[in-house]
Amino acid sequence: MSETLPDKESVLREMANHPAVSAIAAWNAEALTDARWDRNELTLTIAREEIVAAARTVQQAGYNFLEDVTAVDWFPAIPRFQISYHIVSHSHKERIRLRVLVDEASPSLETITNVWPSANYYEREVFDLFGVRFDGHPNMRRIMMPEDWSGHPLRKDYPVEGYR
Amino acid sequence: MTDVAGTPILEAPVAEGSKDQTMVLNMGPQHPSTHGVLRLVLEIDGEIVNRLYPEIGYLHTGIEKTCEAKFYQQVVPLTDRIDYLSPMHNNLCYCLAVEKLLELPIPDKAQWIRVLLSELTRLNSHLVWLGTHAMDIGALTVFLYTFREREDILRIFEHVSGQRMMTSYFRIGGLAMEPPIDFFDRVKAFIKTFPEKIDEYSNLLTGNPIFVNRLQNVGHLSAEDAIALGVTGPPLRASGVDFDLRRDMPYSSYEKFQFDVPVSNRCDVWGRYQVRLEEMRQSVRIINQALAGMPEGPVKADAPKIVLPDREKMKTQMESLIHHFKIVTEGFAVPAGEVYQGIESSRGQMGYYIVSDGTAKPYRVHMRNPSFASLQALETMCQGRMLADVVAVIGSIDVVLGEIDR
Repeated sequence: MSETLPDKESVLREMANHPAVSAIAAWNAEALTDARWDRNELTLTIAREEIVAAARTVQQAGYNFLEDVTAVDWFPAIPRFQISYHIVSHSHKERIRLRVLVDEASPSLETITNVWPSANYYEREVFDLFGVRFDGHPNMRRIMMPEDWSGHPLRKDYPVEGYR
Repeated sequence: MTDVAGTPILEAPVAEGSKDQTMVLNMGPQHPSTHGVLRLVLEIDGEIVNRLYPEIGYLHTGIEKTCEAKFYQQVVPLTDRIDYLSPMHNNLCYCLAVEKLLELPIPDKAQWIRVLLSELTRLNSHLVWLGTHAMDIGALTVFLYTFREREDILRIFEHVSGQRMMTSYFRIGGLAMEPPIDFFDRVKAFIKTFPEKIDEYSNLLTGNPIFVNRLQNVGHLSAEDAIALGVTGPPLRASGVDFDLRRDMPYSSYEKFQFDVPVSNRCDVWGRYQVRLEEMRQSVRIINQALAGMPEGPVKADAPKIVLPDREKMKTQMESLIHHFKIVTEGFAVPAGEVYQGIESSRGQMGYYIVSDGTAKPYRVHMRNPSFASLQALETMCQGRMLADVVAVIGSIDVVLGEIDR
């Protein structure tokens, strides 16, 4: 993520007619903390408290299919976790990425299973492998690892091999 | 019923009055119809399924964690292992994602051969699906027939890459090597006789009253449910949603090919069977076009610091030897950024999300695999149906457990 990339204001200005950008800007431009256009992909960073409303907004703007929810651990950066939502529009025939930053002190954010039920498994996977909790999730349990496993394997401070 | 930690697995199960008649049944992880290590916790009232809970995670190879410890080019053989029925799709999706990060253009010939091989992979995967699906229902003959044709495809794979299943033939920047001289002739010979084989399967199954009754009006999934639950690929199109990444968000020169996207409004197992059968015919069409219009030129991008040099060059030119040594020992740095590449695999939408921090190893590789999402729809499709229908429904979503693993 180099400094040569266009910043939020210029992306908002140049892509004002983009369905997702205009919908988010019309709904709450304050909740949009960053916007990037890189390698033909649009990334919108959303404030943590607003993710459910943002998801609803893009859903109404025609981005109807939640493809994936996953996380990146930027250890030791602060905030540590980045949750990425990939959403496809069947009518616009394109994809956007919503991004939420979550700090390590309280690794939790609201679930979007009420917007897309498919988030159920994806969020459980993120919880299992990264330890980020999703509040209001109907079944917040491990999905891959055994129930009594300690630690979250995809965190950067979890060893790749050997015993912990 | 509770699990090890005491958390209830199935809550609020049945209607009043019938509570004492229900029982919890474990199906799998070694039931022949669960195709791998899928365990289903079923709550049944007589033969009627009240609730269903898929228990996954028996494999857990830690593939994403492993990818983070490898050079970019070392991840390609790992992606073969994710879905053992369509390794080329995984290769393609990963390579496309890294090429997008590198902003590296790929020669036309490499792109066309990639398309040709991905469609062969789709045929390969659909043949296994058709055979095992029919066998789940009780028709054994088709299984023997489809594996006969699959063998031909595997021979082609072995001829071109040296491996029958774990091919690793696609590389970042193109293909591993020029295909052998008679490769196209072999594909031609196979594809010439294959359409009549599809008719043969269809003749055996489509008019068979047992097969029809076991499939029609079973496993209903509406278009809204399919989208909400993240279902992709043939199950989505069998619910009446006309969306195919090959046509709508083309990659690897798919925009140059003419093909139809089969859609069915039946929303049941029968619809999924019909969609996949038609998809096989369309794959044949694409392969024929690829054979007819195959462009000339190299199969590797002109990027000596990323693509390994030819063996001959390496032996005669010092430069090439140095590049080879550097790529193998140090890898190559990929500019920082994050990309998501989706492709239409045989089971649906496959996606690779790669985050680079500017070094020679991927910071994060995430795989979105279609079976994982489709499994969420299993309960919706099976609720209120007979226990025997569960077998038909699992077959219809064509689940591969290797894909579900992380």
